[in-house]
Amino acid sequence: MANNGQYGLLIDYEYCSGCHACEVACKKEHEMPKGDFGIKILKDGPRQNSNGKWEYNHIPVPTSLCDLCSTRVEAGKLPTCVHHCQAGVMVYGTMEELAKKVNKDTKAIFSR
Amino acid sequence: MEYNNEYNMDLYPEQLHWQEGDLTATRTTMWSGPGCHEGCQIIFYTDKDGKLVKTEGDPNSPMTQGRLCMRCLELPELVNHADRLKYPMKRVGERGEDKWERVSWDEAYDIIEEKVRQFQKESGPESIISMIGTGRNVSQVIAHNQYANFGGPDLTLCFLSGDSCMLPRTAICYVMMGNQWVADMSQFRATRYEEDPDWQRPECIVIWGTNPVINNADAFLGHWIVEAQKRGSELVVIDPKLTWMAAKAKYWLRLRPGTDAALALGMLNVIINEDLVDHDFIDKWTYGYDALVERVQEYTPEKVAEICWIDKDLLIEAARFYAKAHPSSIQWGLAVDMSQIGTVTAQAIACLAGVTGNIDNPGGNVLIDQASGLEFGYNSGIEYLKPGLIEKRLGNDKYPLKKYGFTASSQSDSILEAIETGEPRPVRMLWIQSSNPIANMGQDAPRIYRALKNKVDFIVVIDLFKTPTAVACADLLLPCAMSNERDCIRVWFDPMRSLTKCSSFYEAKEDEQIMIDLGHRLAPENWPDWVQEPRDYMNWRMEVGNVGFTMETLENEYKGMHYSDYRYFKYEKGLLRPDGLPGFMTPTGRYEFYISLFASWGDDPLPYYKEPPTSPYSTPELFEKYPFVLTTGLRSFEFFHSEWRQADTTSRELHPLPRFDIHPEAAAKYGIADGTWCWIENDLGRMRQIARFDETLDPRVIATEHGWWFPEKEAAEPSLFGVFDCNPNNLIPMCQNGDSGYGAPIKSGIAKVYSCTPENSKHQPTEQVTRLGGYTHGE
Ligand code: SF4
Ligand code: SF4
Ligand code: SF4
Repeated sequence: MANNGQYGLLIDYEYCSGCHACEVACKKEHEMPKGDFGIKILKDGPRQNSNGKWEYNHIPVPTSLCDLCSTRVEAGKLPTCVHHCQAGVMVYGTMEELAKKVNKDTKAIFSR
Repeated sequence: MEYNNEYNMDLYPEQLHWQEGDLTATRTTMWSGPGCHEGCQIIFYTDKDGKLVKTEGDPNSPMTQGRLCMRCLELPELVNHADRLKYPMKRVGERGEDKWERVSWDEAYDIIEEKVRQFQKESGPESIISMIGTGRNVSQVIAHNQYANFGGPDLTLCFLSGDSCMLPRTAICYVMMGNQWVADMSQFRATRYEEDPDWQRPECIVIWGTNPVINNADAFLGHWIVEAQKRGSELVVIDPKLTWMAAKAKYWLRLRPGTDAALALGMLNVIINEDLVDHDFIDKWTYGYDALVERVQEYTPEKVAEICWIDKDLLIEAARFYAKAHPSSIQWGLAVDMSQIGTVTAQAIACLAGVTGNIDNPGGNVLIDQASGLEFGYNSGIEYLKPGLIEKRLGNDKYPLKKYGFTASSQSDSILEAIETGEPRPVRMLWIQSSNPIANMGQDAPRIYRALKNKVDFIVVIDLFKTPTAVACADLLLPCAMSNERDCIRVWFDPMRSLTKCSSFYEAKEDEQIMIDLGHRLAPENWPDWVQEPRDYMNWRMEVGNVGFTMETLENEYKGMHYSDYRYFKYEKGLLRPDGLPGFMTPTGRYEFYISLFASWGDDPLPYYKEPPTSPYSTPELFEKYPFVLTTGLRSFEFFHSEWRQADTTSRELHPLPRFDIHPEAAAKYGIADGTWCWIENDLGRMRQIARFDETLDPRVIATEHGWWFPEKEAAEPSLFGVFDCNPNNLIPMCQNGDSGYGAPIKSGIAKVYSCTPENSKHQPTEQVTRLGGYTHGE
């Protein structure tokens, strides 16, 4: 499963609860100093649309420090954010596999 | 979209320990301080010196399916923290001076033994009281130690006014249905969700007064609801704040804090008058429906909408949706308990589940006991209490629900009054285990501080860190172990789980070990010789409780999780009553809307609504002075109550300072800018937090965090880790409980807000309390 450029992450943020598990798992796995993140949770909202519906999304954004957990992946494990994501909204795979998982309801973020 | 990832199970073998490179992996359960109620399956990786270096979620666990939240992922930071208590310590200066001397465990035990024997002789064993914090694996230990070793009848939630955490809900459930209920997310079986042949996805899930994805309270993992959402469940969220789940909900009811009972009665009014009830269930299995029908007529949607500050049509639509959906499930939380009418509120909500027949049905609200029926909580060891002592529990003479044993603990406000007044008897010794009441659990924190500091002869605190409570009042401070350092079992709902020790930390001991060691000294007649270590204790209790297997079987054969045969519709099958007859374990054998026991005590047998003791309507003049409804206890992913506050943790990196929410319009009116420190004050006291604008709040409501202390500040008074500076409990009373003794107005007070300036900030609250004699109301 080594990352030869074909692998990536797919995150369907519709059900991302903003729990920070991915952020912290990543920081710990990579022993990052304070202030560094391999993935960061951004937030849109809460704000009310003109139709009355609330918009409130957490948007996980992998950063330039994300190495797709190369050491873990080489050892046969899933990236730690994917392993621990509490809402189960992160997937690791080849871009081709990931693209197949997307349908009209997916709110997708791809990262590689 | 297919979300589930495929874990490489070769790397997570189904065994207790394995080797991964230089590290040893141990599969176990997380259920100690620092940590929450949930008991997730976790893998601890230890190095060759036995030091915990890494954690991962256990993909073999049906409950947690490999996931962990951020706190268990950063756990090694706290396990190996430089400030952790390493040795037993004896106070050598005055209380509050932070002067200690290291002692051996033997010396510590000698001191305890001498004091216990002295108080037993001079004032009776009932002068010794044990106080517990949140529901973790100290529950069974503290009870067994109190009853079998100290011999006193009082075990209590550590100054939590009205015992307002789960106990009001549990007590009312036992009265109404002889059991307690939980939202069914298929958690009691090893096959989950659609793989379970019986489970049904709830069409509607009501989230009432809780933010489950953050708090994972009451042994319920919040993200189970996210799994149900993905499968199509629709939410009704009842919360003064727009939580993330509320934003995703079909209906969000932004009620005024403290009016939950009115809302439930209004929903009942709609459901009953529109005949959306389950007549079959009502006729066959319930009691008092006609009386309930009559009672709810007072609570028209118009009236309730006005009380709750919500839209009438929204209330009606949400009520219809809940009643028409099948199945419908309610996940309720702390806000239900934390009003003066906490039990009544719980009763009203339980009536909703009852009239719609959502009881013990797949995907509804299901009845559940401890795993294997093992008593391993607040009644552990009660058989060793001398006859005649239970009757002497403080508060029992005032509160029939307590007196007739609908929970095992003594009423916490009554304990405070006894400490302060010496009536009806003196309190000589407190044993405070895993609780930090002046930072978190106790209301009117300054009052508790003074009672602890000045009125009790001898106080032992057993904890992980040197807390403000320990500095303020402990005479002896004992270090205890964390989950990775413990052998234990957990029965708080199915499945039964094991905790397997894989490391140790200096001289920190398991709470079980302390209990066992003290037992052999103080009451050897109550302790079999062979019970010398925590593991022995587990096997002893499993044997006494006829569990049918040992801790080792649980660990090895059942892979740390033993599921019993969970069954639905137990009331139809005669599984709820000792006589084996169908029905519920209540005086009428039915699910009681009208509580026959309450009627026999002269209490109102039906649910009702009453205003909080201070509110825009109950105290309009005071509200002019304090023009916000104050709700507290906002949860954050980073913390569990007063834990994880150490300055160098990832938790503090993500969440450095306390924040409260205020609507921008309200803030503008009072000249408050986003991100600035503000005083929050009422007639009881004040505290400060940082304003965070939140447009989703009613502009008349503010919501604050809780549990803040600052381990980076000096321990000794007047600093005391800044424990009162940002503490909402400065503004919340003790001893204003409901008629049942349960419930307190913790989340529904009133306050004013103003910006902090140098002029108005000369003395911080902690200095006010510890040095300047401030905040002395309530005495
Ligand atoms: S894949 Fe690994 S490195 Fe990248 S964000 Fe996830 S945890 Fe961090
Ligand atoms: S772990 Fe998953 S649910 Fe939690 S913040 Fe990250 S992406 Fe969102
Ligand atoms: S802190 Fe999170 S991961 Fe740890 S036991 Fe609680 S819910 Fe589970």
